[in-house]
Amino acid sequence: MLISKVIGTTVSTIKEPTLEGRKLLILRQTDVDGVPVGKPYVAVDTLDAGIGDLVLTAHGSSGRQTDITKNRPVDAVIMAVIDHLSVLGEVTYKKA
Amino acid sequence: MKIARIVGSTISTIKNRRIMNTKLLICRETDAFGKKELGTSYVAIDLVDAGIGDLVLTCHGSAARQTPVTKETPTDAVIMAVLDHLEVDGEITFRN
Repeated sequence: MLISKVIGTTVSTIKEPTLEGRKLLILRQTDVDGVPVGKPYVAVDTLDAGIGDLVLTAHGSSGRQTDITKNRPVDAVIMAVIDHLSVLGEVTYKKA
Repeated sequence: MKIARIVGSTISTIKNRRIMNTKLLICRETDAFGKKELGTSYVAIDLVDAGIGDLVLTCHGSAARQTPVTKETPTDAVIMAVLDHLEVDGEITFRN
């Protein structure tokens, strides 16, 4: 699982029928302080995450192991919203 | 499998119901000496009660769902062993 920040949303009218009604958010992987690293990617939101939230995403076939993404063309899913992160006993991120 | 060091933990209230009551730890991949940390951090479900500072093995992708705890859950990384020692070219490179 990767720690990522939600940075935006995607809107798409023409999509595969099984993806209708699914929320597709734009994310960027972050380090443990919540600072973005790497390039953006898109994941299906199953937990009503919002822009600015730090979340955990599961990738590959693991992304299809939720009721919302089962048997659908999905390879990344948001499966947790992070409250706080602690590294070596120090809190490095706390949800606002 | 990757050799990784546990550097921290994540706390999350809103998460997929199938991964409730799991321990999510922050890992950094290391070299075969358990010293130099490589790449960016990732998060894995702890199956073996590992602690911060431990050197562990993590299993990725659909292989991570081959345990009773992670079966049919949106999981793509698990900690499946705590390392006692590592040996490279006949030399002990790490000892717990």
